[in-house]
Amino acid sequence: MILKVENVTKMFGGLIAVNDVTFEVQEGEIFGVIGPNGAGKTTLFNVISGVYFPERGKVFFKGEDITKIPPFKRARLGIARTHQIVKPLNELTVLENVMVGACFGKVNVGLKEAAQIAEDVLRTVKLDDKAEVLAGKLNVPQKKRLELARALASKPEIILLDEVLAGLNPSEVDEMLEVILDIKNQGITILMIEHLMHAIMKVSDRIVVLDYGKKIAEGTPQEVANDPKVIEAYLGDPELALKLVKKEGTA
Amino acid sequence: MKKGYTLFWLVPLLVVIAAYPVVTHSVMAREIVFIMLMYVSLAASLNIILGFTGYVSFGHVVFYGIGGYTAFFLMHKVGLHVLPAVLAGGIMAALVALLIGEAVLRLRGAIFAIATIGVNEAVKSLVTNLGFLGGATGMFFNFKIYRAYGGAAKAIWFAYYLMVAVTIVTVVVSYLIKNSKYGLGLFSIREDEDAALVLGVNTKRFKSLAYAFSAFFPGLVGAIFFFKAGNIEPEDAFHLVKSIEMIFMVMLGGYGTVSGPVIGALIYERLKGMLLVNPLFKNLHMAIAGFILLMIVLFAPGGIVGYLRDKFRKLRGVLE
Repeated sequence: MILKVENVTKMFGGLIAVNDVTFEVQEGEIFGVIGPNGAGKTTLFNVISGVYFPERGKVFFKGEDITKIPPFKRARLGIARTHQIVKPLNELTVLENVMVGACFGKVNVGLKEAAQIAEDVLRTVKLDDKAEVLAGKLNVPQKKRLELARALASKPEIILLDEVLAGLNPSEVDEMLEVILDIKNQGITILMIEHLMHAIMKVSDRIVVLDYGKKIAEGTPQEVANDPKVIEAYLGDPELALKLVKKEGTA
Repeated sequence: MKKGYTLFWLVPLLVVIAAYPVVTHSVMAREIVFIMLMYVSLAASLNIILGFTGYVSFGHVVFYGIGGYTAFFLMHKVGLHVLPAVLAGGIMAALVALLIGEAVLRLRGAIFAIATIGVNEAVKSLVTNLGFLGGATGMFFNFKIYRAYGGAAKAIWFAYYLMVAVTIVTVVVSYLIKNSKYGLGLFSIREDEDAALVLGVNTKRFKSLAYAFSAFFPGLVGAIFFFKAGNIEPEDAFHLVKSIEMIFMVMLGGYGTVSGPVIGALIYERLKGMLLVNPLFKNLHMAIAGFILLMIVLFAPGGIVGYLRDKFRKLRGVLE
């Protein structure tokens, strides 16, 4: 077990964004986090990466309690993430953006070595032709890949992907999924939030489902898709519920 | 980051400018170049927190004043030699920056800028009310102090050489910071502090250190300036207009670059000199500077150097 979230509750004023959520992520797996909009998925990521401290509950990384340590220390320990709303360092080049990840993340290397790592990673995410472009000049799909590259350059043990597939066209989605599986093959654990059901069902080993901040299901993609509570949670979107049911039929 | 050759022309340029009064034995030229170099150092140091880190320190003159007062007090009342006194001025400014940075660096954007103005005004009021620093009228050197340096004339030349050295060191340090891993961390804070934090940058420590660096050199500069002037008073030492001038020079030349603040400072000093001797404009130089600043922010936010780097990509290696 590489990551453990234990009874985590995060509130904003009276709103309970994450409500008593518990799960464990095993080393080397792809662990999906799904749920309707506003279910608390990104807040959960923010708690894991240290942007927010939870009101109750604990977060463990490789057995160590990291609930109260600041985000930059978690990055050093080997937790990297991407942002749903991309955060490029606009006035720096793409290469420099990725070097930041290598310089201050888990590998924590000097500038020269960081440039080397950044070039490699940019090749992996197919952004190497943009290395000298200012990050602010990229389009959104490219910025998403940049987010991923920056996280990868830190050589993390676990990577938190927040909707890296959103806004991509079908062929870009397939490309990105290949990259994700490639990351998994490098032995990096992946925790990913995704709305694109067929994609996350395809690549995840296990999935946890959140609704209104609560965990309503956990298991393999098949188990989750069969769960009546999950279907109910998605009934606001009948089409999606139907897709989930269909998926069960083909599996 | 690309290896650059910026220092190969920037430092010789400063040396040539600094050598001119020495070669011509011109006291008038010395006075002009002294102020010029002072501006260069002030602008280059402000650039570390403003240009590299993205924090607009509006009351930055406070460190110049603190350095000036610290050194003046040590020379005047304790009888210290100018060299250790100047160093003490810089260190005091850096320490104060670390201390108040603890509080004000938690603020971002306009609120930070306003807070730094408040800090300057607060320190000015404090100094005005401290009897041992001379209160509102400040302190005057006894002329005997200059004897240790071979008389007033020699002491002023000594102050000049000190200023030359400090200016060159400021520019070199600024270059080294920009091209280091630490500098990359500062730039990531400037671009997106939250992203930097998640990427592993210890933003709090990085910012504090940047603030201390950018306070240290103005501390030295203030100490040298008031040693040469022979008197110090709160209105001169904590004059907010000097803060605005510093921001202007950085923005004019190009914030976040190494050569930008230097070029901005050189141009500003000449511009100010020309306007001040012109009967029509002599009271308007700040208004004109303000108008130019507005134009820069609107049409060339990268300043002169930023504009040139954009237009001529080939220049990038030599124009950092």
